[in-house]
Amino acid sequence: MSASTAPLLAVEGLTKSFGGVHAVRNVSFALTAGEILALIGPNGAGKTTCFNMLNGQITPDAGHIRLEGREITGLAPREVWRRGVGRTFQITATFPTMTVRENVQVVLVSHEGQIFNPWCSTPTFALAEADRLLELVGMGGFAERPCGELAYGDLKRLELAVALANRPKLLLMDEPTAGMAPRERIELMRLTARIAREQKIGVLFTEHDMDVVFEHADRVIVLNRGMLIAEGTPAEVRHDPQVRAIYLGEGLVYDARHREDSAT
Amino acid sequence: MKLSVNALNSFYGPAHILFDVELDVAEGEVVALLGRNGAGKSTTFRSIVGLVAQRSGRIVFEGRDVTREPTHAIVRAGLGYVPEDRRIFTDLTVEENLEVGRQPPRAGAPQWTRDKLFTLFPNLGEMRSRLGGRMSGGEQQMLTIARTLMGNPSLVLLDEPSEGLSPKIVEQMAHAILTMKKEGVSILVSEQNLHFARLISDRVSIIERGRICYRGTMEELEARPDIRDAHLAV
Amino acid sequence: MSFYVVQFLSGLASAASLFLVASGLSIIFGVTRIVNFAHGAFYMVGAYLAYTLTEQLAGTFGFWAGIVLAALAVAAIGVVVEMVLLRRIYRSPELFQLLATFGLTLMVEDLVVLIWGPDDLLGRRAPGMRGAIDIFGQNLPTYDVFLIVLGPLVLGLLWLLFRRTRWGILVRAATQDRDTVAALGVNQKWLFTSVFALGVFLAALGGALQIPRDAVNHTMDLRIIVDVFVVVVIGGLGSITGAFVAAVLVSELNAFGILVFPKISIVLIFLVMAVVLVVRPWGLFGKPEAPARQMPGLTVRPWRPLSVNERLAFLVLLIAAAALPLFAGNYVLTIGAEIAIFAIFAASLHFMMAVGGLASFGHAAYFGLGSYGVAMLAKFAGLPMVACLLLGPLMGLIGAVVFGWFCVRLSGVYFAMLTLAFAQIVWSIAFQWVEVTGGDNGMLGIWPDAWVATPATFYWLSLTVAALAVGGLRWLTFSPFGYALRAMRDSPLRSESVGIDGKRVQWAAFVVAGTVAALAGAMFVYLKGSVFPDNAGIALSVDALVMVLLGGVETVSGALVGAIVYKALAIWLVSYTELSKLVLGAIIVVMVVAFPKGLVGMWEVLQARYWPGATASGKARRAEVAE
Repeated sequence: MSASTAPLLAVEGLTKSFGGVHAVRNVSFALTAGEILALIGPNGAGKTTCFNMLNGQITPDAGHIRLEGREITGLAPREVWRRGVGRTFQITATFPTMTVRENVQVVLVSHEGQIFNPWCSTPTFALAEADRLLELVGMGGFAERPCGELAYGDLKRLELAVALANRPKLLLMDEPTAGMAPRERIELMRLTARIAREQKIGVLFTEHDMDVVFEHADRVIVLNRGMLIAEGTPAEVRHDPQVRAIYLGEGLVYDARHREDSAT
Repeated sequence: MKLSVNALNSFYGPAHILFDVELDVAEGEVVALLGRNGAGKSTTFRSIVGLVAQRSGRIVFEGRDVTREPTHAIVRAGLGYVPEDRRIFTDLTVEENLEVGRQPPRAGAPQWTRDKLFTLFPNLGEMRSRLGGRMSGGEQQMLTIARTLMGNPSLVLLDEPSEGLSPKIVEQMAHAILTMKKEGVSILVSEQNLHFARLISDRVSIIERGRICYRGTMEELEARPDIRDAHLAV
Repeated sequence: MSFYVVQFLSGLASAASLFLVASGLSIIFGVTRIVNFAHGAFYMVGAYLAYTLTEQLAGTFGFWAGIVLAALAVAAIGVVVEMVLLRRIYRSPELFQLLATFGLTLMVEDLVVLIWGPDDLLGRRAPGMRGAIDIFGQNLPTYDVFLIVLGPLVLGLLWLLFRRTRWGILVRAATQDRDTVAALGVNQKWLFTSVFALGVFLAALGGALQIPRDAVNHTMDLRIIVDVFVVVVIGGLGSITGAFVAAVLVSELNAFGILVFPKISIVLIFLVMAVVLVVRPWGLFGKPEAPARQMPGLTVRPWRPLSVNERLAFLVLLIAAAALPLFAGNYVLTIGAEIAIFAIFAASLHFMMAVGGLASFGHAAYFGLGSYGVAMLAKFAGLPMVACLLLGPLMGLIGAVVFGWFCVRLSGVYFAMLTLAFAQIVWSIAFQWVEVTGGDNGMLGIWPDAWVATPATFYWLSLTVAALAVGGLRWLTFSPFGYALRAMRDSPLRSESVGIDGKRVQWAAFVVAGTVAALAGAMFVYLKGSVFPDNAGIALSVDALVMVLLGGVETVSGALVGAIVYKALAIWLVSYTELSKLVLGAIIVVMVVAFPKGLVGMWEVLQARYWPGATASGKARRAEVAE
């Protein structure tokens, strides 16, 4: 496969066990540019392990991860990032002792490889680009605010700006809407979807909020006990009897519009 | 009133987090405290059980003013607290986790034994000597609730019991909470998932930026789409 | 062959005491998260009390009763310490706790000399165990056999205590999550007190049991505490089994190391520890520390470069300081130079701690390396002063490159302990390699060149170097490197995921801080005209920490204020009292309890409370700058 025809992200036979326990077994899937793919499954199904192998925090026992046809398996997180993968965390990870803009500028400095340049100043570095990114996620008015003072929803948006700073091809989002009010969830995911489609960024996210998954994902893959058990459009997945039995339940705890009986 | 909280104000260092929070829970009732992350739900709970040092106001539990009492005394009086993020003891077995929560039986509160809890949460019964760290998120969440019930509380504060759990486990959780209610435990539960709250609660308070901005029954909230849109819109 | 067997068994016997003390430290750390530096002091007091009691009480029963009573009495002292001091600082940063207990150790050292005198005391042999048993023709004292049995016995009892009793389960639960244990109705206060009492009891018992084997003296606290740190770090903090295995390992290394490498036996243990930590950063039986939970609602003010006015104010102060020789005498100028040199030293540690979040407990290593670098260049190569000052700190740089590579692999308490261990290596080399360093006699007669030979000119030189060093460090703080370092401190997870090579950045910071500290050490040699192993000693490392903490870690200018206040105070104290350790220790303890944010932090809090306008206008000014 040449780089031009290869999918943005191709995962093949990914496997990992911890002390004899199979966390992830032979998982394969692919993601194209501009596509939004949700990874769901019961607690302990191996979603986090799978995610951490993609972003480099865990080295897989077997299998391949390719970005645009190039192997990124087993690279350190910062190397994975350098190849164009941005990420957000389930619990926001930002730099609380810096201002909102500096949070973005640090990343820009790192992206330009200027960390060890003593003649460069972070607070004045790439102001325009930093402000453009903040503007993009609707945080333009917060640039001078100390990051430690932000409300949780704003931190999530700042994280998105930070994740976009290296102009990634792929965005990995671990429970992007965890801890947010329903309306904020919808807004954040709409924003993410719009940016992804405009800039042809592939998005892979894990989520327990089925309203978010069924509303925004183009495709859904389902993990159970470390194995991929279903894959398809949101409608296909929510009709899948196996997925309903092990994961979705009776559908009492997500929006009626997304329940099986009312699906059209 | 089982529990009434009046004019509760809390601070973390210089930051003022809660502003004149008013809450009450009647005997045998399930009250949901709804709001987003950072709205002050966990701080409210932590303040009620005395884990936030800087606070003012009045907290009355079963007619007794517990505002100035230390956490362990409040809990021993029968006010159970299930913290968010599960926080089970990962190096202890299921049975040892339950042992930590054990308190003598208390008059006027339902009494829980290991066996009764294993009926309520059948999964736990099958893994009595498993280490907490080797359990899935759903099992851990059930263990935290079971552990608090070992203290035979008459009121339980449940902080975000559905957070991070799969829809199916959330349904099981709702079932367990309704069973607890039937047994006679009053419950104050914090939630973000309105669907879940609808399944379990009698009354609702909505908190935003440290202030209670709506109080009513579940039915009243259903009839107020404007409130739902403003604070919880789906 | 039989010689080695006996050597091995004698190593096992030594392991018993070490294990008792180390398990006590480990248990206390597990639950209270306090690395109890005073553990060595409790061990020492246990030995002294046992000495007195066994001298007073007669017979076999009297001897053993004396041992147990001594341990119980020290445990009671421990309860008082816990209730009066530690309860106030459980929520403080771990470094403050380490410092407070270090302050306690200083106080105990002076008190012990006051009560029992400065001479070694030889205790009674254990009645009924005065003989020896024959092992392949070699003698092994009966008392050693007793100790060999005692170690595993105590391990077994502790295991039963923690696995089979409700108290033990509560302790294990609290080890993991104190707040949740309280939230389940357990009275934390008494749980902590009882755990501390048990830990101190074990330490004191370890000390008491040593009296038939070793002389009792007032330096045994520091000796044992360094060994115990090594043991718990190798075994894994909080693990009792780990403490046992590591105690045996360390004791055997001691027993055989002294045969194989008599000169570098101390170094050998530290090397083993460094290797263990690199392979298993949490020790053989330890568990990785869960990342600290961030408290919600805690706002942290972002740092800003100084405004124009602040820079002017700083310049005025500097000019004022430079004018000191116009009206001060030679004595004051010498003190002034010393304070300037210590400001460099403190600023270098502050850079590493405040910007990098790397709290070193052995920063004196680099100060010492810089001192010896200069001394060797001056003595052996006969280089002029300027050349020595420029080249000498290179030795600190090389030391920081090597040690730093290991240290930055760890964080928190483990980082602090490993830096301490490396500092002890430097100290023991300086102490033991008599041919080159002169050992305890030091290297003498290294004086500055004629052009800075007067107190005034040397003061000006020190002030200039200090201004350049502090200015340089501030400049680095606001460079991309400083930001990357802070990013790593704020959120390692996020830093790694945005391409920052965190370990490399921290390593670089370690090297920068080490080199600047070495520069301070180099200047110090010319101030004093000599260099001693103490230039790399624990006391100096702690001095640096106290200066930084006194000023305030969270503030940019804290180190300077801390260095000036602390150094002036220390010099004044030494000249006025015989009991300088007692007073200094008390000051440290009071400081930790009263000013947890340091002097500058305290000032800022007061400012915010009484002159809220000042900070508001500051904010407005920042906003203007932005537009």
